Amino acid sequence: MSEAAAHDDHHDVQSTGLMRWLTTTNHKDIGTLYLLFSLTMFFIGGSMAMVIRLELFQPGLQFVDPQFYNSMTTMHALIMIFGAVMPAWTGFANWMIPMMIGAPDMALPRLNNWSFWILPFAFLMLLSTLFMPGGAPAGGWTMYPPLVLQTGDAFPYLIFAIHFMGASSIAGAINIIATVFNMRAPGMTLMKLPLFVWTWIITAFLLIASIPVLAGAVTMLLTDKFFGTAFFSAAGGGDPVMFQHIFWFFGHPEVYILILPAFGIVSAIIPTFARKPLFGYSSMVYATGAIAFLSFIVWAHHMFTVGMPLAGELFFMYTTVLIAVPTGVKIFNWVATMWRGSMTFETPMLFALAFVVLFTIGGFSGLMLGVTPVDFQYHDTYFVVAHFHYVLVTGAVFALMAGAYFWLPKWTGHMYNETLGKWHFWLSTISVNVLFFPQHFLGLAGMPRRIPDYAVQFSDFNMVSSIGGFVYGASQILFVVVVVKCVRGGEKATDEVWEGAQGLEWTLPSPPPFHSFTEAPDPSSITGGNR
Amino acid sequence: MSNTNADYYVPHSSHWPITATVAIFTMFVGGANFLNGGEAGVYILAIGFALFVYMLFGWFGTVIGESEAGTFNGQVDISFRMGMAWFIFSEVMFFAAFFGALYYARMYSVPWLGGEGSGAATNQFLWPEFATAWPLFQLPEAYAFATFKETIGAWGVPFYNTMILLTSGATCTWAHWGLKVGSRKHLIAGLSVTVALGIIFVVMQAEEYGHAYQELGLTLNSGIYGATFFLLTGFHGFHVTMGTIMLATILGRCIKGHFTHERHFGFEACAWYWHFVDVVWIGLFIFVYWI
Repeated sequence: MSEAAAHDDHHDVQSTGLMRWLTTTNHKDIGTLYLLFSLTMFFIGGSMAMVIRLELFQPGLQFVDPQFYNSMTTMHALIMIFGAVMPAWTGFANWMIPMMIGAPDMALPRLNNWSFWILPFAFLMLLSTLFMPGGAPAGGWTMYPPLVLQTGDAFPYLIFAIHFMGASSIAGAINIIATVFNMRAPGMTLMKLPLFVWTWIITAFLLIASIPVLAGAVTMLLTDKFFGTAFFSAAGGGDPVMFQHIFWFFGHPEVYILILPAFGIVSAIIPTFARKPLFGYSSMVYATGAIAFLSFIVWAHHMFTVGMPLAGELFFMYTTVLIAVPTGVKIFNWVATMWRGSMTFETPMLFALAFVVLFTIGGFSGLMLGVTPVDFQYHDTYFVVAHFHYVLVTGAVFALMAGAYFWLPKWTGHMYNETLGKWHFWLSTISVNVLFFPQHFLGLAGMPRRIPDYAVQFSDFNMVSSIGGFVYGASQILFVVVVVKCVRGGEKATDEVWEGAQGLEWTLPSPPPFHSFTEAPDPSSITGGNR
Repeated sequence: MSNTNADYYVPHSSHWPITATVAIFTMFVGGANFLNGGEAGVYILAIGFALFVYMLFGWFGTVIGESEAGTFNGQVDISFRMGMAWFIFSEVMFFAAFFGALYYARMYSVPWLGGEGSGAATNQFLWPEFATAWPLFQLPEAYAFATFKETIGAWGVPFYNTMILLTSGATCTWAHWGLKVGSRKHLIAGLSVTVALGIIFVVMQAEEYGHAYQELGLTLNSGIYGATFFLLTGFHGFHVTMGTIMLATILGRCIKGHFTHERHFGFEACAWYWHFVDVVWIGLFIFVYWI
């Protein structure tokens, strides 16, 4: 061991108080910061959703003016995608990947700190636009020109905030790739990696390949607005549709960035509580790879109605429905894992099961939208809103909740309150369906998205949906109660925590030591993801 | 790979990342304020930039110090290599967005404006006078944009610049060879020539921009041709400038006696970056200037 490293080993935490958190290079500290940040953003973005549901409770304009309403939908999406779900996954990755692969920490610890600390500043910038002349961005999170170019003073702040959070994502992705490919304990071969690690590596590649394209797209918006370029102006030979192509080249991989780690978590939880090995481990890995590859050649299914040539419509329709094959493999494997398992239904398992059922509903409505002539009918209606909330709320967010309940005892050393957890689950699951299921009907009946007012025939379903929304929003406070109680005390958790739990992270104490594996684990203890 | 994880260097805390964040945040706020017409913007931007430069010296200085002290084992070195390689890949994808815009404009949107394929109605009802061409001298609404009569030909300065960058790639590799065989003289000579060629490239590119703006009337405001031309070549020129600064830093370190013939990740990272800007230039030369 070198002199410097030996010296540093005696100083686990060099700073205390705020400085400890600002300067930390520890993967668990940074993971905690990511998760707390994400939870904060979840509530800020959530309160914007409450404003939206409040305004839609009845037809007519009651509470907010249309401009502010549109800024709520725009900001809600940006905050939930870039501020809540993505940082949550990175937080899970930070906490779990070094422990799962038998590493002491992440490969690039200072870069890791930087990836996190960008986020609060980027979102400070984004949230400050709410108070600027012209209001917050209101042209939708997809930032289509020419509409988005009409944003007021908020515009450059929006662009720079996107650049900033993009830098954070790329740095985080690079770190995860270096960690997984360089820091695995001896004996931890690639095909023994837990699926959460596999799905995250593939997510990291998606991030590195797609986020810079978003950076390019918003840079073109910036120069179109301030430097006279004509990328998206037909008058100058450009094309506003070109933005949509570049944006969705990023945007479609992005939706898999949001969901692939969820697949990984569910693939960890279902075998644990079914007390059976995961069915079809290697097919899960290949299916994830196939989904990631396909995600780069389906982007224009977001723009079927924009006036593409027929060949484009057909190509993107076929590639899109092709994604159902690897996704179906996954759903099949999860169900087969449970087949004849000795299942118990603790909160993480409940959320994982709800994920499988409800994500599949979102997947089916996605198939409907993927069929071009059908999409002509559904495009930009509430059917689309229902679809992506089924995959992102009952998909990504439910998997996040499942993962949080699954690993909270490992992180804190205490068991969470199972009764409260179950209350949280049942309230969330019932209310989220009351919230989003009627939106399918609204969409099929023709209610457009992104409007503060609507025709009276949509009143009943909107009121039902809003009631579901308020209950869902309120039930999330229960989650905070569970987390706080669990951090402060509770029944002592064992190392293994769950009876059927497999993997290196469960060989460490609960809570684990500051540095995960200062000595590499015994290779014979590594049984692999297909155990 | 080492069997004991304790050899892997995990720095315990660092204020440089948060300094970097504050610096960039300040630059963004200053830049946004400037773009919105604020008076304080440039000053805020300058403060942020100063802090950013300070951070670069501090953060890289710390890492260089650790490296020279032998803190990093082979496994840490591999992490750095993976980090740099995938960072360069992310840069490739950034350029891909602009190349994609160029291809889309040339292959689809400009021909459609001219009435090809599904664009017949657009041409007929909006701009019946418009004819497809590339370079696009006649814009659909010419009055709204700067008009230009001529573009920068491939076989003048761009060709010389191609030769300069290709030569600099070779001198960079020569310097690397010098480092590997332990010939510091070759190393320093090779790097010095590389840095000088980088500077010459940037100066010639700047001259060419002046020519385009003042004599040809080709500006950022020259429709889709000017937009793709200046953003592609401009971001490339910015990357060459960064690469030159990086190589100059490495040159300084070589003169101070840093690096050994087997451990010189810093050198290689900058060399990779240099070859990357080289390859992007080949793409630019072919697709922007030549065909």
